[in-house]
Amino acid sequence: MLEPESTRPPAPISSNGGPKIGVYVCHCGLNIAGKVDVKAVVEFAASLPHVTVARDYKFMCSDPGQELIQQDLRDGLVNRVVVASCSPLMHETTFRRATAAGGESPSHFQMASIREHVSWVTADGDEATEKAKALVAGAVRRVALHEVLEPRQSPVRPDVMVVGGGIAGIHAALTLADAGKHVYLVERETTIGGHMAKFDKTFPTLDCAACILTPKMSAVRAHPNITLWTFSDVVSVEGFAGDFRVRVRHRPRYVREDLCTGCLACIDACVHKHGKFDDEWNEGLSKRKPIYIPFPQATPPVVVVDRDACIWFKTGKCPRTCVDACERDAFDFEQTETYDEVEVGAIVLATGYRTFEASKMPEYGYGLYPNVYTSLEVERLLNAAGPTNGEIVLRDGSRPRTVGIIHCVGSRDAKHNPWCSKVCCMYSLKLAHMVKERTGAEVYNFYIDMRTPGKGYEEFYDRILKEGVHMVRGRVAGVTDEAASPEEEGHLVIRAEDTLIGSVRRIPVDMVILAVGIEPQPDAQEVRRLFNISCGSEGFFTERHPKLAPVSTFTDGIFLAGACQGPKDIPDSVAQAGAAAAEALAMIDRGHVTLEASTAFIDEAACSGCKTCVGLCPFGAITFDDERRKASVNEVVCKGCGICVGACPSGAAQQHLFTDAQILSEIEGVLEYV
Amino acid sequence: MSEPRFEPRIVAFFCTWCTYTAADLAGISRMQYAPNVRAIRLMCSGRVDPQFVLAAFRDGADGVLIGGCHPGDCHYQQGNYNALRRFELLRLMLSDFGIEEGRLRLEWISAAEGDKVQRVCNEMTEQVRALGPLRLVRGPRRRPRGTSGQAEAERGPGAVEEAELAPVLEMGGREAR
Repeated sequence: MLEPESTRPPAPISSNGGPKIGVYVCHCGLNIAGKVDVKAVVEFAASLPHVTVARDYKFMCSDPGQELIQQDLRDGLVNRVVVASCSPLMHETTFRRATAAGGESPSHFQMASIREHVSWVTADGDEATEKAKALVAGAVRRVALHEVLEPRQSPVRPDVMVVGGGIAGIHAALTLADAGKHVYLVERETTIGGHMAKFDKTFPTLDCAACILTPKMSAVRAHPNITLWTFSDVVSVEGFAGDFRVRVRHRPRYVREDLCTGCLACIDACVHKHGKFDDEWNEGLSKRKPIYIPFPQATPPVVVVDRDACIWFKTGKCPRTCVDACERDAFDFEQTETYDEVEVGAIVLATGYRTFEASKMPEYGYGLYPNVYTSLEVERLLNAAGPTNGEIVLRDGSRPRTVGIIHCVGSRDAKHNPWCSKVCCMYSLKLAHMVKERTGAEVYNFYIDMRTPGKGYEEFYDRILKEGVHMVRGRVAGVTDEAASPEEEGHLVIRAEDTLIGSVRRIPVDMVILAVGIEPQPDAQEVRRLFNISCGSEGFFTERHPKLAPVSTFTDGIFLAGACQGPKDIPDSVAQAGAAAAEALAMIDRGHVTLEASTAFIDEAACSGCKTCVGLCPFGAITFDDERRKASVNEVVCKGCGICVGACPSGAAQQHLFTDAQILSEIEGVLEYV
Repeated sequence: MSEPRFEPRIVAFFCTWCTYTAADLAGISRMQYAPNVRAIRLMCSGRVDPQFVLAAFRDGADGVLIGGCHPGDCHYQQGNYNALRRFELLRLMLSDFGIEEGRLRLEWISAAEGDKVQRVCNEMTEQVRALGPLRLVRGPRRRPRGTSGQAEAERGPGAVEEAELAPVLEMGGREAR
């Protein structure tokens, strides 16, 4: 635990004479003034007790707006400030700073949210004005009781953890490491690379995914500032921005990472002559042995033993030819889980996505007809390092002559996922191009709307059209092998309404590709609880602000990168990863974070020594002095929730900026005005 | 002329991490809802002292809404569970005072559920409107205008006739400080 640089003096109340409150009502252009009668609110505010100044201004957050406040403070007209404008989550920091710049304690400030909570949500202008007055009255009442608090700062550790080793995590880790910060990159699979490593080409440039990704993967491994932990998970996170303690579990590979050179001699030597178990990396399209490496450029290039498949683990009877084949003595069948605990200042979450489970839409026949594939399976077929060495072949080994690609599988669908997965149109066009190029097949794309916003994307669509790929606009009703005519015999038939010609079509094909959408990881809920951030009901992590803080979270010091925040293509993920790294760097290089002002404290004179608070504190911040029979709060550990304060039966526990008196006054205030 | 429609006043205590943020989201999404709910921002629903709820009713609220994080989602691990326990006890106590159950509501609303803020505020307004004004006091229902609320001591004789809740508020020597 780091010591804070300054500790707060005991809270004096109103050290600067009686309250003189300035109320500043913001028009926010027409965002507020278009609904709320700002002049009426100002007039009302001026009538409230202790209010010495009440003004309105077009944009309070602008420099001239802030200057209004500062001037009144400097002139001694006011010593407490209420700004009625947007949400405190938006501009509280701005106005606290302005208050401080005017020479007043930043805690002598309170905000009334008359935009998010009033003008934007209230249909009737008169009702909106009345509600705005009530909220202003609440803020005025409470600010009169605000105490002087010095902002407390805590130093920031320079190291960063990046969770997830896909393209977003890799890019964030390299950016941070290049800036001289030590990065712990944690990946739960046996290799970094993520989904991108499974692709053959990337849209719209058709450059080879491996050619642009594997150099970055090697750079991660070689970078002196990166500690790479694969086959590892984060199991606990404690602390706060600038000082997180993260515990990481390393699962056993049964091969020592420091000794294995990736020569793969053990795989050849395994008693299994051929692969027998579904190869997850190839989406089950090929078989692997119990000892395997996902793909040749896996990083780190270390083999792993599948405990559930290995004969030695199952029976204890195996000649272990793999061990004999290893020149480095890298095998260790006694390996167990190990743990590391590290202290970092910031965390970047880049935990990625999964694709929609195609069998949830039985009408498309996935799992029923062998020649219905998911797009990810076809990516593997196309990949030169994949199960067919880049050949597009059906399960029987023959080449398809007609291929149908169904867009929006699981996406834009009220029964499944309502969102657009953003990447499927483009990757479907890419697959159409590549399948046509490799097989010469006729390719039909079935789409609802063609969505190609992005640099060079619409041009790519034009190119595919010119290549003669057929486009059918309409959601596919189903895939069947029941032939309705002789030419449909022996084919899969895609039934869809072509909404451009207004008729139902039946198109016989040899191969169906389902463009499955992007979904949150199945364990997104557990992960966000672990890191104390929030996510939508679907499971994508929530950014602090969709436009102004797109890579920050509501938990300071935790940043987001890539598709864990929402569907994204590779360029977007990389851009966001860079932004997340920059935010983390800004925090680290600033050197300190401002701690929560709203910590709890105990009024010893009122404390009855009942210890109710001690057991309630989730952070163990309250200690009890048995001699004096008094509780006390460690303000460094206190996170400022106020749980103890709400429970204290004698009113001895209080919370800065949320004292009983302040909240009771706010209650009176919001109710005072009808 | 018809009687003007009763507009209930509802005080809401919203956790800043979830429900208050959801209310911001409702605003950003321009979801229109009844203007009767006035939100007070707290760091955690676990900060909601039962006396806040009683004080709100005493000071003229017709309903009180508490918004916290879904179970398991508390930013402070367990504050919402504390809120839930206090809520259950409060409900029992309020019914002893003759305050109908529908006047106090606890809702779990995550930061992403702007639509739930809209729905709950509308529902609660209608529900409390149907219950009518809270007739809990013998004397004038509202605190007289201009009465300072800065300290219990300053409240003067008006407070005595105002609320039968006063003895409860004083229980345990608790005063606003």
